[in-house]
Amino acid sequence: MTDQAALNTMTVTDTPKARRSVGSIFSWVMFAFGVIYFALPLIGMIEFSLRKRRDAYSFDAYTTVLGDPQFQATFGYSLMMSLVTIVLGMALVLPAAIWVRIRLPKMRPVIEFITLLPLVIPVIVIAFGYLRMFNTSSFLPMTGSVTGTNILLAFGYATLALPYMYRAIDNGLRTLDVQTLTEAAQILGASWFTIIFRIMLPNIFTALLSGAFLTFSIVLGEYVFAALLDRPAFGPYMVWTGGNRAYEPAALAVIAFTITWGCMGLIQLAGRLFPHTRAKR
Amino acid sequence: MATTRGAYISRTAANWAGVVPFLAFAAIFLLLPTVNIVLGAFRGPDGGFTLATMAKLFEPRLMNSFWLSIRVSFFSAALGALLGFLVAAAIIHGGLPKYLRAPMVTFSGVAANFAGVPLAFAFIATLGRLGLVTVILREWFGINIYASGFNLISFWGLVFVYLYFQMSLMILIITPALEGLRREWDEAAQSLGATSLQYWRMVAIPVLLPSLLGTFALLFANSFGAIATAQALTGSSQSLITVQLFAQIRGDVLQDPNLGYAIAFGMIVITAVANAIYIVLRTRAEKWQK
Repeated sequence: MTDQAALNTMTVTDTPKARRSVGSIFSWVMFAFGVIYFALPLIGMIEFSLRKRRDAYSFDAYTTVLGDPQFQATFGYSLMMSLVTIVLGMALVLPAAIWVRIRLPKMRPVIEFITLLPLVIPVIVIAFGYLRMFNTSSFLPMTGSVTGTNILLAFGYATLALPYMYRAIDNGLRTLDVQTLTEAAQILGASWFTIIFRIMLPNIFTALLSGAFLTFSIVLGEYVFAALLDRPAFGPYMVWTGGNRAYEPAALAVIAFTITWGCMGLIQLAGRLFPHTRAKR
Repeated sequence: MATTRGAYISRTAANWAGVVPFLAFAAIFLLLPTVNIVLGAFRGPDGGFTLATMAKLFEPRLMNSFWLSIRVSFFSAALGALLGFLVAAAIIHGGLPKYLRAPMVTFSGVAANFAGVPLAFAFIATLGRLGLVTVILREWFGINIYASGFNLISFWGLVFVYLYFQMSLMILIITPALEGLRREWDEAAQSLGATSLQYWRMVAIPVLLPSLLGTFALLFANSFGAIATAQALTGSSQSLITVQLFAQIRGDVLQDPNLGYAIAFGMIVITAVANAIYIVLRTRAEKWQK
């Protein structure tokens, strides 16, 4: 035993040991509180969703929900919207994130600030601004047609997703030596197209996936934008069900939670399946 | 001369090519709509500058809504920050098994995103009048929580539900800060004879204070802008300012179209202040985390 270790044992032997165990009990209590608080609503919602049949647990609520044409239509709509949003978000954020790393480092704080704004400005305020700016009597009357409103909604979702998309992609780029990779590619005669699609993209694949799944789970349950733009999305459908049905809302909550959980699981899985590849030396 | 100039222009164009679409998008679909709202708050029906619209914010009905939103955000942020901190501290420094850390952080990531409408449904299914916990307490233990004054569709009910995403966001953000506390500080304090409580009170908490206050501000802004959970949970019985604005936009109470601008502007000011506090304090907190 070294002197240092002996010293450590000495200090822990008298009063601190008792203190530690008190602290440890307190820690377990806090931990138990956390587990109970977080688990109970999940258990409650699962149990409630199975109660539709009077005398026994059943999946009736799920059958009703999944068979509801409204559910299928709104879920499909939101699914479609989230895909459009992911593509749009990436098309906007990816070049910007790469450019501020290699060509315009001065603009980086500006871009970062802009990507934080959707967290500062409440969603409902942005949606309100859209209604005022893009209504039928404005210079860009997007809400005048269904297609225009759909596009506007996708733009709104892309705005909401900016903070998450940018941070995911930026975290991915941070692990690369973007400057060296770009210069090496340029020396070998690669075009910018090649640099982005054949060098950057494969290297930050995991980061892109996590940005995509986060966006997906945000868009799928979004309520305010869809309701104010009056589009038949999944969020407003859930609110409608909440006001008109007893057990189906719980079933919807279970479905929504499973999807969120699935997205997070897929992000983790992607990180493990496609670990960041480094050149062998 | 012309060629160098052409080369300069094309180089500048290439320098900006990747950023311009992003900036254009942000300008048209994020900045302009917001600026439009802010300007609208100071514009009268005739288009001229006026403070009359802003003055209407001080109507008792709107003041009450603002005040309600501020109180809900304050209490859910304060309790969420405190409880989230205690849970995270227990897991990281409380001598709990290490394998608990990763699942807790992952779960917090999911729970922080489990907001909006489904969250309200989950709590109604658990603590509503027919909810699991309500029924179990009544039938197994003879405790009728609704008879003893509990109501999920109330101020404290709303705060209690908001805690779900507030606490998980707190755990998510504070965990790295807690992991940044150096073991040597604890050991140094111990060898100087400090009790555990003294270590936390005089070393750990002061170091963490900017993180704690900063995250509190973030949580405040987070719940201030929320609407879906409240609307699905309470209908319009708790008239948060977001719920009022929503109704105003929908045209349910449209006596004055400009009033919506003023409400929105008031909300921007409040969340902007909260976020400014967060950013300033986070910058200070990061000094210790290196």
